[in-house]
Amino acid sequence: MTQLERQQWDVVVVGAGGAGLRAAIAAREQGARTAVICKSLFGKAHTVMAEGGIAASMGNVNSGDNWQVHFRDTMRGGKFLNQWRMAELHAQEAPDRVWELETWGALFDRTADGKISQRNFGGHEYPRLAHVGDRTGLELIRTLQQKIVSLQQQDKEEYGDYEARLKVFQECTVTRVLKDHGSDNDADADAGGERVSGAFCYERESGRFFVLEAPSVVLATGGIGKSFKVTSNSWEYTGDGHALALLAGAPLRNMEFVQFHPTGMVWPPSVKGILVTESVRGDGGVLRNSEGKRFMFDYIPEVFKEKYAQTEEEGDRWYEDPDHNRRPPELLPRDEVARAINSEVKAGRGSPHGGVFLDVSTRMPAEVIRRRLPSMYHQFKELADVDITAEAMEVGPTCHYVMGGISVDSDTAAATGVPGLFAAGEVAGGMHGSNRLGGNSLSDLLVFGRRAGLHAAEYAAGLTDRPIVDDDRVAAAAAEALRPFSADTAADGAAPENPYTLHQELQQTMNDLVGIIRREGEMARALKKLGELRARARRAGVEGHRQFNPGWHLSLDLRNMLLVSECVARAALERTESRGGHTREDFPAMERTWRPVNLLCRLANPSADPQETDPVRAQIALERVVTDPIRHDLLALFEKEELVKYLAEEELYE
Amino acid sequence: MSSYQAAFRVWRGDQTGGDLEDFTVEVNEGEVVLDIIHRLQATQTSDLAVRWNCKAGKCGSCSAEINGRPRLMCMTRMSVFSREETITVTPLRAFPVVRDLVTDVSFNYAKAREVPSFVPPPGVAAGDYRMQQMDVDRSQEFRKCIECFLCQDTCHVVRDHEENKTAFAGPRFLMRVAELDMHPLDAAAESGLDRKKTAQDEHGLGYCNITKCCTEVCPEGIKITDNALIPLKERAVDRKYDPLVWLGSRIGRRRA
Amino acid sequence: MATGTEPPQIHTGVHGAARAAIGPRHLRTDRWWLAPALTAGGLLAFIVYSTWRAFANADYYAAPYVSPFYSPCLAENCAPMKGGPNWEVFGSWWGLSPALLILIFPLGFRLTCYYYRKAYYRGFWASPPACAVAEPHKKYTGETRFPLILQNIHRYFFYAAIPVAGILTYDTVLAFRDEQYAWGHMGLGTVVFLVNIVLIWAYTLSCHSCRHIIGGRLKHFSRHPVRYRLWGWVGKLNERHMLLAWSSLISVALADFYVYLVASGAFDDPRFF
Repeated sequence: MTQLERQQWDVVVVGAGGAGLRAAIAAREQGARTAVICKSLFGKAHTVMAEGGIAASMGNVNSGDNWQVHFRDTMRGGKFLNQWRMAELHAQEAPDRVWELETWGALFDRTADGKISQRNFGGHEYPRLAHVGDRTGLELIRTLQQKIVSLQQQDKEEYGDYEARLKVFQECTVTRVLKDHGSDNDADADAGGERVSGAFCYERESGRFFVLEAPSVVLATGGIGKSFKVTSNSWEYTGDGHALALLAGAPLRNMEFVQFHPTGMVWPPSVKGILVTESVRGDGGVLRNSEGKRFMFDYIPEVFKEKYAQTEEEGDRWYEDPDHNRRPPELLPRDEVARAINSEVKAGRGSPHGGVFLDVSTRMPAEVIRRRLPSMYHQFKELADVDITAEAMEVGPTCHYVMGGISVDSDTAAATGVPGLFAAGEVAGGMHGSNRLGGNSLSDLLVFGRRAGLHAAEYAAGLTDRPIVDDDRVAAAAAEALRPFSADTAADGAAPENPYTLHQELQQTMNDLVGIIRREGEMARALKKLGELRARARRAGVEGHRQFNPGWHLSLDLRNMLLVSECVARAALERTESRGGHTREDFPAMERTWRPVNLLCRLANPSADPQETDPVRAQIALERVVTDPIRHDLLALFEKEELVKYLAEEELYE
Repeated sequence: MSSYQAAFRVWRGDQTGGDLEDFTVEVNEGEVVLDIIHRLQATQTSDLAVRWNCKAGKCGSCSAEINGRPRLMCMTRMSVFSREETITVTPLRAFPVVRDLVTDVSFNYAKAREVPSFVPPPGVAAGDYRMQQMDVDRSQEFRKCIECFLCQDTCHVVRDHEENKTAFAGPRFLMRVAELDMHPLDAAAESGLDRKKTAQDEHGLGYCNITKCCTEVCPEGIKITDNALIPLKERAVDRKYDPLVWLGSRIGRRRA
Repeated sequence: MATGTEPPQIHTGVHGAARAAIGPRHLRTDRWWLAPALTAGGLLAFIVYSTWRAFANADYYAAPYVSPFYSPCLAENCAPMKGGPNWEVFGSWWGLSPALLILIFPLGFRLTCYYYRKAYYRGFWASPPACAVAEPHKKYTGETRFPLILQNIHRYFFYAAIPVAGILTYDTVLAFRDEQYAWGHMGLGTVVFLVNIVLIWAYTLSCHSCRHIIGGRLKHFSRHPVRYRLWGWVGKLNERHMLLAWSSLISVALADFYVYLVASGAFDDPRFF
């Protein structure tokens, strides 16, 4: 084949959402020549969809807030499965990351004394979310985008070229992280053999392949929601980073924990799953079933009994006087609310289109609703013909976020076992434990995006030799990417598969069999079905040519979705308890013995073709690892009575 | 309401040429134009190129022209059309076409780079920024922009006159200049950058003849003309065409 | 409808080489031409009417009413009016209609008004005729050069429009007299004048330049609470600038026409008290 274009960079960031852009800024400010590569146009990443806010304990609204309280809330929300060091760093650094955005031009909503306003959210003890109406994600992505542009303007002044030290490759996809054959240098080799040497990419517009050579690759590709039928996630969320890491030899952690946001739109069918922000509840919205009952009062779990209001009157008073009342149970962590809605619908008390009612119309004047929830008002008006100032919304759970992800070092965001590979944001695992609190995602992007960029740049600067990009591996990656065009020449003569059909079957399978409530038999069926789909996906074929061909792009994404789906299903089958985003009908209790156990997914046979044709052979192998005990000063932030609900005896007294 | 078969005409082609192609396709209750395009992809024409992302009117990717009007495909409900109507979908006509419904929008990214960024106020540390809500309201309205570039597409200054693309930033980026000029803490003036003047001199504000098409197409309902472009024109007048203001500023009585 | 198989004729704008090859200059299926046609029709009607009335130099005063087209009346050849507003500033050398002396100001104000600019650029000059409908012009430089760069002097006409509106207010006060100039009376004409002056003021104050001067030019509203509040009010009016532009245009023509009817004897002003 013809010679591919190759470019040399110091750091390649895959993904241009909040984490990717923050990483790129950090790497560039360290002096690393940095390339960002993203599937969409610059500034369209899924981060724009985030509505509620950025959690950071600035204490602008309630001065009682501080990082310790934030840490505590995060651990509680994650049911103590969190990588506690990540939760600690996150809580400590989030305020600085938010303030820094202001110096780049962000305009948050203000308090009366001119500080950044903060709002209430599920699971957060104090008003903590810096926000801009209900379009905080847009503000975040635009601010980071404009910061990147300002760095490019500096480079233009200095070097006469906007892209001298920071370039965005938009509408490009990475299909492989490339590695060298190990370092001759002993110091580097200590870290574990083959090092990252670059990324194999194609331009969506032209279909042209190219290679970005770089010693550091930061994965910031977001989540996996597009493997599920009902999801709030955009098309980009096909688990690319998860799969790239797996294929590069890095393990994924705790993939069974998938968050179903309790409130997605349920009607009309074409928008089913689109998010209804938690701010609706944070600002006073209530959930009712078809009998008009505020059913959440029946679903307060034992571990949260003391923290939530027991009567509607108390819950309502809390909005005005949070210091002397407990919060209403509509603001329980997302997993609890999602399960409650699921139970109500199953019990036959759902709304006409299979959700429950979320009502703000009777709780706030129309004027206030339009001011505080403008995009929700707009979204329902435009897409469902529902005026939320006059009637209740119909909502139901929607696949929203994956807590699991690439196993990383808490401080440096370096992926386990692959030198030069880093991960930040949703694609990285551990920070949120078994369930993420609303608002902690955007702060996670900023805190760990920065850390990943920083350490990726430092790692690249510290190398004594540049890892080599191997021609054979480039050729193999090219052949793999071209396979969908030769599907009709398959040896066995079987007809090519339609990638869209395969994708729909995959989404249906994950939704029905590995969804919000899980059972052993169903997950076993799911694994069998995933194996069949994988075998068929190898024959996925496309018409036309390589220029902006969505059928081809989907065929390539299928590999990633199938790998990641298998991780989710296998890990979910293995974990015989219910915790956070993982609910087993056959094991409904949370087990303290499972608390320190993490499940790592790796490729079962790293040297084989990931699109193995044998539908029976597992692609993913699981490993149980026990996490480090929580540091004592952090444990001391909790009451003993609370800790005994989560931690085993020996963890408490160690 | 039941489903029905709708007549669609979709432009297919690339820079070497193309044509409107006819399709008959199923439409169900509550669907939007983007759903129908996706159905075409999944069932009739798997390589139909279309750019989209969030499908909720938040990212501004799926801009196209539907029955000749620039719109977001994900926010155009099928119920606004009659069942008998033929619905024509074409790519944006102000930008070079790439393929089918996808256009090359790099013009906009080039213009974005030409607007000097926010200048942080010297001597104010991160965390010490204090701004009143009433002072950030105006710029916040402009920051609602999802960069769908429909305003850039519909603006006749560049849509009908390719040669103006060098001199004219377009409504989106003139609005960006206005946003920064109204930012309560932007210190561009102190650093020697007069955004009011450069709006006219470098970003082509004078080309705008305020015919308001940008405001008409904005899916976010931003009052681009009334709140950004005209105020910016008035600010440029302050600098360039108003001797009273000029005299006042020389005497040093003016404090904004 | 022809589609893009045949090579497009003009190779610029939407028919440029790199753009999607689509034959028609627009694909709009709605009645996009209606709005510019109505605008052009309405403006044309006013121009014809006002030209006739401005040059007529007759039937503009019927005590106590003076036509807004002839107020203030600044030449010696003005009809005698008791209490004003006729001041012989220009003396006897001016032989033409005195309306021409004063109409220049409201004309300039409206000609450079941000709303009317949109209206006539679209309605008369088809630049553009409607959104996403290709304009017929080969070249376009907008308001970057002479003469259209002069649109930037709008605020001076705004300054001038204020005393004009003040004088029209004075006229309205004078309308509370009867034919013998006795105070404390009211006729149908008084009501016409009242409606007109309210609309004139609303239009004048809703002007974009006014909004800018009153507060829009500030960087920190919080340091100027009074101007901020005024800016808010003007902003509310400004949202209805188009409506006010049309209604005040119609009302001023009606006020003039009413005076014409009464002055020419075609109609007798009904007196209320």
